[in-house]
Amino acid sequence: MSFFRNMKTRLHQRYLTPLQKYRFLFEELVKRDFKRKYKGTVLGMGWSVLSPLLQLLVMRLIFTQFFGRDTPHYTSYLFCGLLIYHYFRESTVSGMSSLTANAGIFGKVNVPKYLFILSKNVSSLINFGLTLCVFFVFVAIDHIAFSWRFLALVYPVVCLIAFNIGVGMILSALFIFFRDTSYLYDIFTLLLRYMCAIFYRIDSFPEKVQRLFLINPVYCYIKYFRVVVVDGGMPSAAYHLLCAGYAAAVLVIGAVIYKKYNTRFMYYI
Amino acid sequence: MAIIRATNVSVRYIKGDFKNIGLKEYVLRHVTGSYRTEEFWANRDISFSLERGDMLGIVGTNGAGKSTLLKTVAKILTPTTGKMTVHGSVAALLELASGFDGSLTVRENTYLRGAMLGYTRAFMDEKYDEIIAFAELSEFQDTMFRHLSSGMKSRLAFSIACLVQPDVLILDEVLSVGDGAFRRKSGDKMREILAGGVTGILVSHSVGQVRQMCNKILWLDHGEQVVFSDDVALCCGAYEEFLHTGERPRSMEDIERLAADFAVRTERERRAAAHKKANAVRREMTRRGSGKYLNEAIAIIRKYRPELLRTELLDAEEEEAGDESSPDADGGGMTPDTDGGTDEAVDV
Repeated sequence: MSFFRNMKTRLHQRYLTPLQKYRFLFEELVKRDFKRKYKGTVLGMGWSVLSPLLQLLVMRLIFTQFFGRDTPHYTSYLFCGLLIYHYFRESTVSGMSSLTANAGIFGKVNVPKYLFILSKNVSSLINFGLTLCVFFVFVAIDHIAFSWRFLALVYPVVCLIAFNIGVGMILSALFIFFRDTSYLYDIFTLLLRYMCAIFYRIDSFPEKVQRLFLINPVYCYIKYFRVVVVDGGMPSAAYHLLCAGYAAAVLVIGAVIYKKYNTRFMYYI
Repeated sequence: MAIIRATNVSVRYIKGDFKNIGLKEYVLRHVTGSYRTEEFWANRDISFSLERGDMLGIVGTNGAGKSTLLKTVAKILTPTTGKMTVHGSVAALLELASGFDGSLTVRENTYLRGAMLGYTRAFMDEKYDEIIAFAELSEFQDTMFRHLSSGMKSRLAFSIACLVQPDVLILDEVLSVGDGAFRRKSGDKMREILAGGVTGILVSHSVGQVRQMCNKILWLDHGEQVVFSDDVALCCGAYEEFLHTGERPRSMEDIERLAADFAVRTERERRAAAHKKANAVRREMTRRGSGKYLNEAIAIIRKYRPELLRTELLDAEEEEAGDESSPDADGGGMTPDTDGGTDEAVDV
């Protein structure tokens, strides 16, 4: 009996206390990141929502002629791609600099470093939430009736959150070691953007090439959205596994890198 | 039970061109074989232990590894080898004013810093007014932090950090915060905290401060431990002698010898300074024609309290001073760089 009680207090100290202990810090960090980002802008968070909207407008104007004619609900189709891609990019880019930007803090006070990445991710997640609301408005305008099926979108969003945190962890560690990571990542995301089939359809490619697109996790999440919203269907169970698999893999890699290099970050700041 | 126990703590740093190079550069240098890093030990085999209520003073010249050691105590750095165990909560006041965010207000920064130090929101709500009052920043609560003066910034940092009752308090050159009035106040606060049974570590370049506040001393030099001892006065003396001569002691006997040398040297210097001053006064009085009285006064002292003018340490100076004190030797022992000398030259 006492063994179990010991065990329990041990577990309590080990796992629960840090969460409680750092909850306040986490809230304050989120607040700080938010205030810092939107300080001095009249529109505040509006900008972050406006940016994908403007891109949507531009793409809609330009690409409707080329790709839009045979794509049903082309606006929604575009918006799915932009929505997911933007969230991925914003979240990982801000996650990348989260360690270096806070080096002054964890170099002086002993706090868990992953808090900084998580806090940045919360900011981008809130932006994403807002854009998602706008997205549903556009979907309605695009004559797609609301369906309870849309609730399934929680699944790819949760996967995407985990995926983004994982990528953010990997990038932030890389960025501490190599300062040109940001430039290389810019090029990478540009490439990724075209690989996401944001504004074109992949039906015209041969079957094999279409499969290749699934190597890109971001495309997988986009496709999930499109299947549910635009095509009015549900992805297969295997597809669900694929989405979760990507997220879990990246998150584990990120966590392992973190665990391994955690103590070495100090030498680089 | 020891609150802090360091057992052969060593910290290795890497230096060389690994930092701030990009991935491209990193790969290129590896290919061309020009990638060089070297390791150095910022701390090597440091061992000490502190009980509850102890106050440890860490002394050492720049680059001795003091800050690195503090970082291992604060668990910011993990020792490369060896073990550092710390029981209880640690409040580290390392480079106070850093880690604040210039674009947030004083209020926001106060909460953020409180959160970093591990306080809860309820605690901060309760203590906020007290912190602001102590830092004397009541009118600036909603001012952007970057608009504060640097003194105000460190005052705020100090106030936040001091409002806890931590088990371990680390002070890195923080006792010289703010203007005179605040310094007095912060000194009082510090003593109050220390009286509360906290275990403290103080890093200071002022040996006087270490002498005054600490009951244990750790002396580091180039990352190595010279001595850990509870004979603070002895080690402080030896350390000051080391600062003067650069001779690093190898054993306890060396330390004792250095401390004795230091006592002799300071005594000599004190006497020399006193002589110089006395001479200056005497010269001034002689010039104004009242030297006669002074010499009479000296003669009286020499007769009735000779120990005030004579020590076995200062025979040479004593004789010199004796020469000078005779009326006819006026100005004879004067060194050309004294004020009196130049004055006289001008007069002539």
